Amino acid sequence: MTDATLTEAADTLLAAYDTRVPVEPLVDKYPGLTLADAYEIQLVQIRRRVEAGARIKGHKVGLSSPAMQRQMGVGQPDYGHLLDDMFWLENAPVPASRFLQPRVEPEIAFVLKKSLTGPGVTVAEAAAAVDFVLPALELIDSRIRDWRIGIIDTIADNASSGGVVLGSTPARLTDVDLRLAGCTLHRNGDLVGTGASGAVLGSPLTSLVWLANTVGTRGVVLEAGHVVLPGSITASVPVAAGDTVTAAYAGLGSVTARFTEETS
Amino acid sequence: MTWDLDRAATALLEAEDTRTDRGPITDEWPELDLDMAYAVQDETLQRRLNRGEHIVGVKLGLTSRAKQERMGIAAPLTAWLTDAMLLPAGAPVPQDRLIHPRAEPEIVFVMKDRLAGPGVTAATALAAVGSVHGGIEVIDSRYRDFRFTLPDVAADNASSGRFVTGPVGVPPEKLDLAIEACLVEVDGQVADSATGAAVQGHPAEALALAANELGRRGLAIEPGWLVLTGGMTDAVHVPPGTTVAVHFTHLGSLHLTGG
Repeated sequence: MTDATLTEAADTLLAAYDTRVPVEPLVDKYPGLTLADAYEIQLVQIRRRVEAGARIKGHKVGLSSPAMQRQMGVGQPDYGHLLDDMFWLENAPVPASRFLQPRVEPEIAFVLKKSLTGPGVTVAEAAAAVDFVLPALELIDSRIRDWRIGIIDTIADNASSGGVVLGSTPARLTDVDLRLAGCTLHRNGDLVGTGASGAVLGSPLTSLVWLANTVGTRGVVLEAGHVVLPGSITASVPVAAGDTVTAAYAGLGSVTARFTEETS
Repeated sequence: MTWDLDRAATALLEAEDTRTDRGPITDEWPELDLDMAYAVQDETLQRRLNRGEHIVGVKLGLTSRAKQERMGIAAPLTAWLTDAMLLPAGAPVPQDRLIHPRAEPEIVFVMKDRLAGPGVTAATALAAVGSVHGGIEVIDSRYRDFRFTLPDVAADNASSGRFVTGPVGVPPEKLDLAIEACLVEVDGQVADSATGAAVQGHPAEALALAANELGRRGLAIEPGWLVLTGGMTDAVHVPPGTTVAVHFTHLGSLHLTGG
C-alpha cells in the first residue's frame, strides 16, 4: 500500500473516535492490506496523537487467550499503544458515551522498572524487568462497525484499545501465581466470567515476552515505568452507562470500573 | 411397542453397552417428563447394581453457564456414580467402551457427613464435606451428537462416562472455592480456564442443590460418597493421541490421555 493509502485509512479511524460512528472494515475497502500495513496505520494514528500532545504510557497485547480468540474469531495475538488519556481512575465515573461499542476484560497489568528491548528477550529478563503487577480492567472498543474485525482491522485500530482502569493494590511478581490464580468478573453483581491467569498464552509473562520481542523487531522499546496489559483472562463483556464491573483476582485484590452518562 | 420406564432403561443401557448412539427418547416418547426421567435413571442404577456395580457417589450435570449455553438447557441435574465409572490415575480414556467421550475439569467433594435435603444450604453442605479434590470427568452421551432435552439427559444418567480424581485433598475451610481456578491444556496448549464460581456460583451451591434434589426423591448423600459438582469449563474432545492436562490453583494437576 502507498503511504497515501495508509494515511487515508488512519484518518478514517481517527475520525471515528471523534464522530463516535463506527466505520466499515478497512479490508473491505483496501483488500491488499498486510500486517505490516496495519501496524503502520496504527502508528500513523499514534504519531498524530503524540504530535497533538498525548503521551505513550505503555502497550497492550490483544487476542492472547483462547476465550478472546474464540469470541473475536481471530487466532493470533496483536499489540496496541496505551496513551495517557486512556487511563481512568478506579471508582471514578467512566463516561460510556466516549466510546463506540465498549467491552471490558479482566487483566493482570505489568508495570516495568527496567526497559525491555527485543528481539531476544527471555522470560527471565522479562520477569526481572517487572516492578509490580496490578489488578486491571481493560476497556476495549472498536472503531469498526459491529466488531467485524479480523487481525488486519484490529491491528490498524490500535488493537481495539479503548481505556484502562488500574487497581490500587500492587503486588510483587513473586507473590502472585501468574499461571493459576483465579479471576472472576462481575457486572452489576452478576457473574459474567471466570478464568485462570494462565489463560493468557499459558502465563501473562509469555505475553510480555511476545510483546517485547514483537515490538523489538520494529525498533520499539518497552520503557521503564510503562504499563503492559498482557491480555484478557476471560471473554470480554459489553458495558453501557449505568454498569458497574468488578474483576477480582486471587492474591491480587480487585478493581472496579463504573460507567456513567457523560458528565459536564 | 409403547414406551415405558423399563423400555427406556433397557434402550439406554444397551446403547452404552454396545457403544451405539441413538436419537433422543423424547423424539419417540414426548410424554417423558423430568420425574419419569429420574425414575428411568434410578432403574438404570438398579440394573447396574444388579450386575455387581457399587454406588460411589453422585454427580451434577449442566451446572455451569458454559455448559447450559452449549446444550441450550438452563437447569442442573443429578446422576449416579458407580465404581465401574472410576478411571484410575494414569489410565487412558477407554475409547473402546465409550461413544464420543469429552473431558471437563471438576471440583470434587468427598463427604464426611450425611446430607439429606430438603433445606440444605451451601454453608451447611460445605460443613458436611471432608475434603476437596480436583477431578476430570469424561462425559459420554448415549445420544447422537449430544443432542437431547432435559428429560433425555436426566434419563441418560446426565451423560456419565468415566471420572478421575486428583492427587491432592484439601479441607474445604482452607479454600475459597469461588476463586479456585483450573487451567485446561490440550497437548500443551491452553484451551480454557475457569474458577469454581462458574459452577452454580460456588460448588457448595451445586452440592446443596444435589442434596435437595435427592431429598425431593427421598434419598440422601451418604458419608464417604464422592460428589462431582459439574464441569467448570466447556468439555474438550479427547481422541486417541491427545493429552488433556488440568491444573488447579491448590488442588494439584491431573493428566488424561486419549489412549
